[in-house]
Amino acid sequence: MLRYIIFAPLAGAVINWLVGRRLRNERFIGLVACASVGVSTLIAFYLAFKSNGALHIGEPNDTTPIMDHLWTWIQVGSFRADFGLAMDRLSGIYALFVTFVGLLIHIFATGYMRGDGGYYRFFAYLNLFMFAMLTLVLADNFLLMFVGWEGVGLCSYLLIGFYLDKEEAAPAAKKAFIANRVGDWGFILGLMLIFFTTGSISFFDKSSLGVKSALQTIATMPIDGFGWHAIFAGGITSIAVLLFIGAIGKSAQIPLFVWLPDAMAGPTPVSALIHAATMVTAGVYMVVRCSAIYTHAPTAMFIVAITGAATALFAATIGIAQNDIKKVLAYSTISQLGYMFLACGMGAFVAAIFHVMTHAFFKAQLFLGSGSVINGMHHEQDMRRMGGLRKYMPVTWLTMCAGWLAICGVPIFAGFFSKDEILWKTWSASGSGMPPGFGKALWFIGAVTALLTAVYMTRLMVMTFWGKERFHVAQIDNLRDENHAQGHAQVNNLRHTPHESPLSMTIPLIVLAVLSTVGGLVGVPYAISSLTGGHPENYFEQTLEPAISAVPNTTSNSAEAANQLRWLSPPPQPVDGKPAFAPTQESNGGEAIPSAAEISQERLFALISVAIALLGIGIGWLMFQSQPLRQMPRLLENKYYVDEIYDAAIINPIHVGSRVGLWKLFDVGVIDGLIHDLGRAVIDFGKTIRYMQIGFVRAYAAIILAGALIIIGYFAYNGAHVLRFLVR
Amino acid sequence: MNMAPQLSWYLALSAVLFTIGVVGVLVKRNVISMFMCIELMLNAVNLTFVAFSSFFRDVSGQLFVFIVMTVAAAEAAVGLGIIISIFRNRESLDVDDSSVLKL
Repeated sequence: MLRYIIFAPLAGAVINWLVGRRLRNERFIGLVACASVGVSTLIAFYLAFKSNGALHIGEPNDTTPIMDHLWTWIQVGSFRADFGLAMDRLSGIYALFVTFVGLLIHIFATGYMRGDGGYYRFFAYLNLFMFAMLTLVLADNFLLMFVGWEGVGLCSYLLIGFYLDKEEAAPAAKKAFIANRVGDWGFILGLMLIFFTTGSISFFDKSSLGVKSALQTIATMPIDGFGWHAIFAGGITSIAVLLFIGAIGKSAQIPLFVWLPDAMAGPTPVSALIHAATMVTAGVYMVVRCSAIYTHAPTAMFIVAITGAATALFAATIGIAQNDIKKVLAYSTISQLGYMFLACGMGAFVAAIFHVMTHAFFKAQLFLGSGSVINGMHHEQDMRRMGGLRKYMPVTWLTMCAGWLAICGVPIFAGFFSKDEILWKTWSASGSGMPPGFGKALWFIGAVTALLTAVYMTRLMVMTFWGKERFHVAQIDNLRDENHAQGHAQVNNLRHTPHESPLSMTIPLIVLAVLSTVGGLVGVPYAISSLTGGHPENYFEQTLEPAISAVPNTTSNSAEAANQLRWLSPPPQPVDGKPAFAPTQESNGGEAIPSAAEISQERLFALISVAIALLGIGIGWLMFQSQPLRQMPRLLENKYYVDEIYDAAIINPIHVGSRVGLWKLFDVGVIDGLIHDLGRAVIDFGKTIRYMQIGFVRAYAAIILAGALIIIGYFAYNGAHVLRFLVR
Repeated sequence: MNMAPQLSWYLALSAVLFTIGVVGVLVKRNVISMFMCIELMLNAVNLTFVAFSSFFRDVSGQLFVFIVMTVAAAEAAVGLGIIISIFRNRESLDVDDSSVLKL
């Protein structure tokens, strides 16, 4: 049954590509696309929540996945790769929000893309993307996951470059593809090293097929030491670091984040689906899927945490100074992905996935909201030309407010719980192998990022929805666009006034706004839910924790290993002499119950998070409410000149090296030179021997005679035995 | 003294005939003469075949002779055709006049 989740979108893509392109009927194309994703969504929900389904609601001990073995793909020697799907607690949660958010975005796109000449192409690609993404998520081994990994990269490329007439689209698509290729290099090397180390590439044990789980094998191996040497030792740490390079490329972390802002050249639903909600979180999914590997590689965890924290802060500072509404959201996405990796690096895998999910809700909401704004503004993306839109687009405004408060981390909204959880887990992480104060320092970076997030999101909202209406003004800042302003000024009350979007666009906005508001309630930490008598429970952690913590629990055979694991994820302290977290106990459904001291500290940090969020919103409001066009620091506006630095340090040397060294010197000089010289030598030789062809028949006869005499003479001189090899 | 013909006599005659043919091809400019010299060489070889056939009591040498004679007949037909064609174009049977590979 699992197979229909991935093949329904594939069927939709094929139908739209073959039939839709002939019919050119937008209603038909949109219906096929949405229906195919709808089928996936229904099946995914059914399989996840049915009794004994993939999520095993209320069965904390049972982590058996739903398996669907389609066929054996490759079998060479001991190497075996299946085309097999598996839905466990982790991929179940992923499949749920990928299909559901994907469905909403498909519906939104039917409205947003109306009238576009490539309507069928768009939905064929979008469905193909869903196929690839679900393959990535539901694959039961690394190689099939890599197929999905490449598939989403391909669809990302196709959709970024979707607007064939847009000048910046094609280079942006290429940039995304190439940056991802750098990451894929790490992924595939890591994959090979996993096979080399464990002799398997499967995620799960498949005893009926005689397949052993690579992750379980690594889970039984000793934990790698902490230190730089471990990275190059070819052990578990090397695997983890190589896989993380793949995640860096796919999830746009430092130093490979540069492709994501440029990817905004694609249509906005694409930005929402691929470059915010689903594909870019594939790196997080992969790291969490490989949590068994990462918990055995403290060095890799260290790198993951630092990269995540640095990216979060770096991208947030850039996001503050951008004027393109989608660019702000793009940098915001990079920053939030940094949070997720920070959580992974601190061992808070559940918090990372929780944030992936809530982020999918509110960032998809914000992107679709920005799409609605862009649509209403007749494809204007510059926030300096917006302002006061809440009067014209009330639904978009209200729903985006939900997304805005969610990403800022205002309580009750979804982002609050996940972000607070990450910050708290970062602060409370401690243990051996880690430099003292490491967690505290990273918490501080995270807190500053949270503040900046609130500031730039408030700036975005203020510039777009509040303040004076600037879309009639001819000259804004030092930016001139007479035609556009005239278009608005002439027919002020006619077509060119901003307008609210159609229902097909506002309904997904409303649904996502509701999810952004209440979506976090599935993961309320105990410290907060205990204020209201333990309700709502932390369903999210209950569901996911067994799938993840099962791995290190099987390995803490030695005291030292247990000690080393400690800094990865703060182990809950015992309460009343009972073990705090024990999946074998039915008492609390597998949820960790922290000690009283920790509870009060966690509550304090939740308060600090709230204060940071409100402070950020306040700063943003004060700074930009009166002066929305305030000049931002040049350095930030120009994105720290990262693109320019990459151009100078990497791209230009490669260009010049290729042009001068490889092309002019090697290709033209050596390869072409060799071939030309060879040809010239043949010509010269021919010119020399052509004098033999004098044209007199008798001379030829004489030459033949001479030749015959030489051969006969040779045999006569050497004796006939030379001929013996002929007669044998 | 046994004056019955020996194998070596035939071979010597054959060598003489062949050499006459070779020299004729090399020195004659008249294409008909060269053609006759080529025939002479072929028949010198035929003589060798027949002599060896008789000497070894093996009939296969004579079979070769028949094949050579067949080929020589075919060659004579084609060769004379070419010669007539050249003569029509050049009004000459001197091979040195036909030295540029075109007419």
